[in-house]
Amino acid sequence: MAAVISAAGLARTFQTKAGPVEAVRCVDLTVREGEIVGLLGPNGAGKTTTLRMLTTLLRPTGGAATVAGHDLTADPAGVRRVIGYVAQSGGVDPHVTVREELVTQGRMYRLPKAEAVGRAGELARELDLAGLLDRRTGALSGGQRRRLDIAMALTHRPRVLFLDEPTTGLDPASRAGLWDLVRRLRDRHGTTVFLTTHYLDEADALADRLVVVDRGVVVADGTPGALKLEHTGSADATLQDTFLAITGRGPAPADGAPVAV
Amino acid sequence: MLLHDTALVYGRYLRQSLRSRFALLFGVLTPLLYLLFFGPLLTGLPLGGRGTSWQVLVPGLLLQLGLLGALFAGFTVIVEKGQGVEERMRVTPVSRLALLLGRVLRDATVFVFQAVLLVLAALAMGLRAPAGGVLIGFAFVALLTLSLASLSYALGMKVASPQEFGPLINAVSMPSMLLSGLVLPMTLAPGWLDVLSHFVPFRYLVDAVRDAYVGRYTSAHMLWGVLVAVASAVGAVTVGTRVFRRAGA
Repeated sequence: MAAVISAAGLARTFQTKAGPVEAVRCVDLTVREGEIVGLLGPNGAGKTTTLRMLTTLLRPTGGAATVAGHDLTADPAGVRRVIGYVAQSGGVDPHVTVREELVTQGRMYRLPKAEAVGRAGELARELDLAGLLDRRTGALSGGQRRRLDIAMALTHRPRVLFLDEPTTGLDPASRAGLWDLVRRLRDRHGTTVFLTTHYLDEADALADRLVVVDRGVVVADGTPGALKLEHTGSADATLQDTFLAITGRGPAPADGAPVAV
Repeated sequence: MLLHDTALVYGRYLRQSLRSRFALLFGVLTPLLYLLFFGPLLTGLPLGGRGTSWQVLVPGLLLQLGLLGALFAGFTVIVEKGQGVEERMRVTPVSRLALLLGRVLRDATVFVFQAVLLVLAALAMGLRAPAGGVLIGFAFVALLTLSLASLSYALGMKVASPQEFGPLINAVSMPSMLLSGLVLPMTLAPGWLDVLSHFVPFRYLVDAVRDAYVGRYTSAHMLWGVLVAVASAVGAVTVGTRVFRRAGA
């Protein structure tokens, strides 16, 4: 399958008063059409910065990337037309109704008025928000809010969907519902999904392939099964152990004597 | 596309203003209090200008309305950055310039509406001025809003928190208000203060609107006022556009 995201040497250095901070040093990755790829890494590894670069919110200071055939720096507008992005914190106005947000969003993607209205209804049915269209977004539950955030990113039927920690703060049922939704998107519409997560069960259950970043570089890339085998020597290992083996940041060594009892 | 996007963003923010009717009226409260409780003090005083004291005071209050309101406009961008709304819009193909223009045009609409309310109240208090002059006054309120709101949004995009934004705006607004002769005309000032006030752009706008309110549409004050107002608006929208284009990628 063709690569829908490809990045080579992608880097971002922030200039701060305390000197330059290399949030992302060198990220190479390839995501094929229709793949669900999970981006993992410890806090501060550069996951969100990578995502913000790939979604045109942040200009890379080094390297290059194309998303769905559009060059990230030369044609950010082209990238924006074909991607959807759900930020960690979402992004809806709490005083606006679900319907109004969905319609305005569709129109920002240049859908004609009638089509934007139709699409809002369609998405509401598909994402189980139909009864909530006239409710203010501030009155939604966490799970409903998250489904709305995703609906907002789908108004223009993007080829690539970027999700930044999509299930953080959700209850188990809402998380499982969201995983189903992501799989359904890929299966029905062939949408490529690129998501970051801290939940290893989520990565294991949802992603076809995992990319692990640490200190701004890619340190592992493969299917969950392959990574387990490669880094722990057993395909039956937990992803938790695999992750700790890759990033080398395990808890205190098991053989060490306890410091105090 | 720019027109389509600007109309879209304008609509979004106008609906936001209409939802909070209280805030819509609240902005007119400060100048209204000046009008009610300060205006009557001036009626018998020699203010050194033509026309009645109302023709001197009301133009100042109109621009004060625009000044204080528009300078704080950028506050809402900080809130929307916090909610993630700003980024959510930026990740769509919507024109970056429209994200600024839609907002400042909404502000111009709101402040001209408030200016109309203020003039209606002033009429009841005893203001008499030519209709043409009153309309010119509204045009100046709109231009002033375009300038200040653009700069304010640009600042709002740049700073990280309301705590940085508030003090900066206060540091600008108080001296501008005092030095431009908004409340009392600078013709009353000693020489040095009058000279100093000529370095404050708002001074030229106030003088122009005061001339408009006494029907002097072709005076030097009017010419300077129009030049300064238009140049400021062009400059400020340019600065705002640069900041809005560059934010993010």
